[in-house]
Amino acid sequence: MSFWYDPVAFIAEWLRGVLLGWGMAPEGAAFVLTALGAAIMPLLAMLFVIFLIWYERKLIGRIQNRFGPNRVGPFGLIQPFADMLKIFIKEYITPIGADWLPYNLAPVLSVGGVLLIWAVIPFSATIMGVNLNVGLVYIIAAGGLGALSFLLAGWGSNNKYAMIGGFRSVAQLISYEVPMVVSLLMPVMLTGSLGINDLVKAQTIPFIVTLPAAAAIFFITSVAEAGRAPFDLVEAESELVAGFNVEYSGLKFGMFFVGEFLHAFTISLLFSTLFLGGWRGPGAETYPLLGFLYLVIKTFLVYFVVILFRGSLPRFRIDQMMDLTWKVLTPLALVSLVVTALLAKPLAGIPALQAVVLFVVNAILLMVFFSVAGKRATPKRAIVGKPRPLATPHHEDVSA
Amino acid sequence: MTGLQVVFLLIGAVTLASAVMVVAAKRVMHAALWLILALVGVAAAYATLEASFFAVMQVAVYVGAIAILIIFAAMLTRRSMEDDPARLNKGWPAALLAAGGLLAGLVYLFSRWTGFSSPARALPEGGENIAALGLALTAPEGFLVPFEVASLLLVAAMIGAIYVAGDLRK
Repeated sequence: MSFWYDPVAFIAEWLRGVLLGWGMAPEGAAFVLTALGAAIMPLLAMLFVIFLIWYERKLIGRIQNRFGPNRVGPFGLIQPFADMLKIFIKEYITPIGADWLPYNLAPVLSVGGVLLIWAVIPFSATIMGVNLNVGLVYIIAAGGLGALSFLLAGWGSNNKYAMIGGFRSVAQLISYEVPMVVSLLMPVMLTGSLGINDLVKAQTIPFIVTLPAAAAIFFITSVAEAGRAPFDLVEAESELVAGFNVEYSGLKFGMFFVGEFLHAFTISLLFSTLFLGGWRGPGAETYPLLGFLYLVIKTFLVYFVVILFRGSLPRFRIDQMMDLTWKVLTPLALVSLVVTALLAKPLAGIPALQAVVLFVVNAILLMVFFSVAGKRATPKRAIVGKPRPLATPHHEDVSA
Repeated sequence: MTGLQVVFLLIGAVTLASAVMVVAAKRVMHAALWLILALVGVAAAYATLEASFFAVMQVAVYVGAIAILIIFAAMLTRRSMEDDPARLNKGWPAALLAAGGLLAGLVYLFSRWTGFSSPARALPEGGENIAALGLALTAPEGFLVPFEVASLLLVAAMIGAIYVAGDLRK
């Protein structure tokens, strides 16, 4: 086995040889390797955020006809490091009446809840943290911790605006979890397994082709779950000052910031793993490094779309946000689930025909729901009273 | 004692301690947070028993949904956010009696159950136990009837919730 064939396994095997050579027991060596992997993976993910912030600011800048960061370093690449140093040396301010433990636990959970997801994602045919047989349920469970962090931040800061932000985030997360879980059932049905690597291996035809409705629902709901624009009602600065994180400063605020960017990237990673075929591609089985490259390319394509969303769509009002999930996405997910279940089983013997039929039916369902249900979902607003000025001009004779 | 047993005992101690704190905490909000720790402790206990599906489901359902709804309700009731030193009302001896009786009955039942003292059967290798669970829940010779009765109960609860929440005069 050469280094370029599979670098991670190569280094791991080399290190295991070194440890065994020092006279360590095989279980001890395995434990050290697992602990090292568990320490390195989140570290790399968090360092990667520095690059993501630059990438996103640059792209948003181009969308808004600006340059984005371009002063510090080549193409402004060093700018996030400058921002990071600045945020490190800022003062921590804890408001009077803040609940100490929830207030300080929330920033940690907001990053930790996202990093948990990275443990089960297969980055190539061989590189993955754990091959959990319940990987998909694990990902949904990790999402619940994210909701908890918003809630703890909103409650712990002893601030009404933060609390309203917390309420909104929970209402949004719990509502969008319903269509998300139902949409994830469809790939599971076609695969017959909950393990993430099995789901990737089952995608000889990527699930975005066979299950376009599920892919669309998963994409929209996961953007909502990450609290990104247009679903960023949690931190609607025009209404709530800054929302749930209004009382945070310094690195505690920075953790929320890191958590948000990392979450946005993680949903792109998840979408490309579950619906775009993950590490699959020509030659990926024999050269795992190539599979990693495919996954990175796919993920950045999806992340690009997420940033385009953020740069171009206005924020939803809270009733529109609720209408979208309960009146469009949830019925679509349920109907699509039943139809897919009924069609997939009899055609399981002929994969090509099954794929074509599922694509046609799901695409029709998607279009029907987004054109018909989308229009009917938002009730027509009627004028209930005459417009009344708040202050009427009052003329007084000042000349006398 | 193996390492796994030590971990299991630690998890059990944390779970029990946080369960006590749920009823002993001064603020309702803190009680809800202790409840989350207790539920996570139960999930960790499942994980040490190699029941990964139950462990993950425990977190997804209880921590991810139910505990958050409880916190939501606690946050919406304004008075419970204030510090209220009186945590007992007049009825506490009756409550103690009922809870103690229930505990004694459960302990008595478990002490008579043979499965309590016999060693656990080894699980089949790999991901077989999820498939076994799925089959047990849907096969007629398994737990199909209790499963369907439980789902009927949930549908009834949902219809009840819609009736209570909906404005039916329109």
